[in-house]
Order: sequence, then C-alpha cells, then structure tokens
Amino acid sequence: MKISVASGKGGTGKTMIATSLAISLAAIMSEQPPLFLDCDVEAPNAHLFLHPEFIEREDVGLLIPFVDEAKCTHCGKCAEVCQYHAIAVLGQKTLVFPQLCHGCGSCTVMCPEKAISEAPDRMGVIERGPAAAGISFARGILDVGEPMATPVIRKLKRWAQPAPGQVVIYDAPPGASCPVVETVRGSNFLVLVTEPTPFGLHDLRLAVQMAGELGIPVGLIINRDNGSYPALDEFCTSQNLPVLLRIPFERSIAEGVARGQTLTDIHPEYVNHFCQVFSQIALSTSEG
Amino acid sequence: MKIILTTVSPNLDSEIDPRFGRGAYFLVVDCDTLVWEAHPNPGVDSAGGAGSLAAQFVANQKAAAAISGDFGPNAYNALRSADVEMYLFGTSRTARETVERFNAGLLERVGAPTGPGHHPRA
Repeated sequence: MKISVASGKGGTGKTMIATSLAISLAAIMSEQPPLFLDCDVEAPNAHLFLHPEFIEREDVGLLIPFVDEAKCTHCGKCAEVCQYHAIAVLGQKTLVFPQLCHGCGSCTVMCPEKAISEAPDRMGVIERGPAAAGISFARGILDVGEPMATPVIRKLKRWAQPAPGQVVIYDAPPGASCPVVETVRGSNFLVLVTEPTPFGLHDLRLAVQMAGELGIPVGLIINRDNGSYPALDEFCTSQNLPVLLRIPFERSIAEGVARGQTLTDIHPEYVNHFCQVFSQIALSTSEG
Repeated sequence: MKIILTTVSPNLDSEIDPRFGRGAYFLVVDCDTLVWEAHPNPGVDSAGGAGSLAAQFVANQKAAAAISGDFGPNAYNALRSADVEMYLFGTSRTARETVERFNAGLLERVGAPTGPGHHPRA
C-alpha cells in the first residue's frame, strides 16, 4: 500500500499529517513499521518529527553533455534536437547550459562526430536510515541553487523501495506541478490536506484535478477546521470527496508542532483517528 | 553593420520589446542603410531556455550587436561566446529611435547579465 500526502497550498499541515500517520501505523504494525519518504526535497522537514539516524547516503546527478571541441564540426544537430535549448552552437563554439539540461542524452546520440561525452552533474543527495517507532526513513535534499527537484525525487523513490507488504508514506512537496506528480505517481491513494480558506480551496481544486489525471483515488483531511467555510464543504460534496478527518484549529496543536511534536504526541487519541483513516483508505482502494 | 533588436511588431517603427528571450520579433537592421527584416522569435513560447535559443538565432544571423531591455545569464554567456555585443534600449521607445541612438553611440553597453535567469529546468 502506497499513500501520498499532498496539499496544493503550502503550509496546510502535510508533514504533520504524514508523520502522525506513520507513527500511528507503526503502533499497529510493530512487526513491519511503514517506510516514510520525505519527497519535499527543496525543504525537507519530516526528520524534525521522526528523528531518523541516516546511515546511507548517495549523490544524485544528471548526465550532462561535454563537447570535445577538437571533434566538433559545429553542425548544430545537438542544438536542433535539444527541446530544452540546453546546448547551443554559436558560430565556432558549442555551449552547454547545465541548468537547462534534463539529462535526456539526445544530443549525445545525435552527434554525427561522436564529439559528446556525458558526465554526472551533482544536484542533490538522498539519505536513509531508521527513525522513531521503527519507521524506515528516507529523504532527498536538492542542492541550494539547483532548480530541478524531479530527478532527486525519482531517484529517491527508486532507491528507497518498500519490503514486501510494507506500507509506504510519501510526504509530497506543495503545489501540483512536476515534483508533486513525480511523488504521487504510482500511489494507491492520495491524502490531500487542506485548510478552510480561499487559498486552501483554490489549490485543492488544482490538486484534485491532478489526482484525476493520474487516476489516483483521493481523500481529504481538513486541518485548522473552524467549521466556518461552506465553500469547502460544497466543493467536497460536488466532487464526491470523502473527508477522512477534521483537525480543529487549536492553539495547543500549533504549539506542539512548533516544538517538533507529531499530532499523536500532542493528543494520543489521534493514533486511533489515523488508524481509522488508514482503514478507510484500505477499504476504498480494495473497492477500486 | 548588422544589428538585432527585440520588437513588439515586425517593422522599424515598432515599439521595442524589453525581453530578449521572450520578445515577439527580432528585427535585423543594417544600421548604415536602415534596411531591415523581421523574424518571429522562435523561442517565444518555449517552455525553457528561451535565452539560449534567442542567442543562437542572433549568432546565426551573424549580427554584430544585440539590443534589448534585459539579458539573462544564459543569453549573456551565449552571446559573449558568439562575440555579439549587447546594448540596452535605455529610453528609446521605437526601433527606429533605437538604431539612431545606437549610431550616435548613446546606448549603454552590457558587461554582465542584467538579472537572474527566468526559466531554469523545472
């Protein structure tokens, strides 16, 4: 079972929910606690709640082209085939723009002079190790200044595979663009965390649309619920979105999270709530 | 001497377009005779790398100088490799006025990227 936690809008409580769900499942699956992947590689923070000890680490890089000017005839085939315009032929010079390159290798294949070789260009790191409650933890970190998160997430997911039967929880980045799609792709269920505000609802619509495109069933957790935003309830009804859990807008929760506590640390009854959420998810995916 | 300007419409009396990679047209002008031709920017809708694509277009035209309102790091490095000089529109409003000011030596020459990149890989 693979469950992604995403939101659309940032700051709705994805990581609080994802880590609390992981702790709750670890309590009832003590023989095989879940695998947790922090896929928010631009700003990973789940470690603050799950306290992993990282014992393995690997660099992530893209293979980018290097042009041997002695062999290059400046024919321009490489620039023509590059849909990201990451390689340009300028008179008698061929220039590579590493930050535009997606590492597809087309230029290398198309070069009639075999003047292009490829070498890895580091963009981030992935690491893993055991965490609280026996949870297996892994995360990616995008290097500062690197603009493309997706390859780090893709490599993290391939590297940190679940054991047979192990539940996986993917903590997604905010938004609904490529890095979120890369995180959520292949999941059996998507938990969307939202808040009862116009921004929350606006971005929730985008996230629901994305899940529809990917064909992944969705359930909602409404965080900071103060029961006073009918537009959100109307949207849930119109889209037939199940609300799995409502977490009240409460100062004690905010204070606990700010101290690095999960919801289950702050209010232990949430272990039960999250186990029920998991049952609902398991039920809806077995029906699907 | 051949120079290239970014313009909003395809003629010498067009308004200037301040974006190098995303300008609507490239106006290729002979600054001595004012003979010109306009080309639509091939990178105007590209998902990324518009600056490097535009620079490649300019280099292929064998222009001596490019005039625009903004040269990002990719465009700047590419144009410098191609030995194309870069200038800013400054207060010019039309292409014709820009060419006149260029000929009079009134345009500011660019010696470094004028801002951060706009469309990195994503």
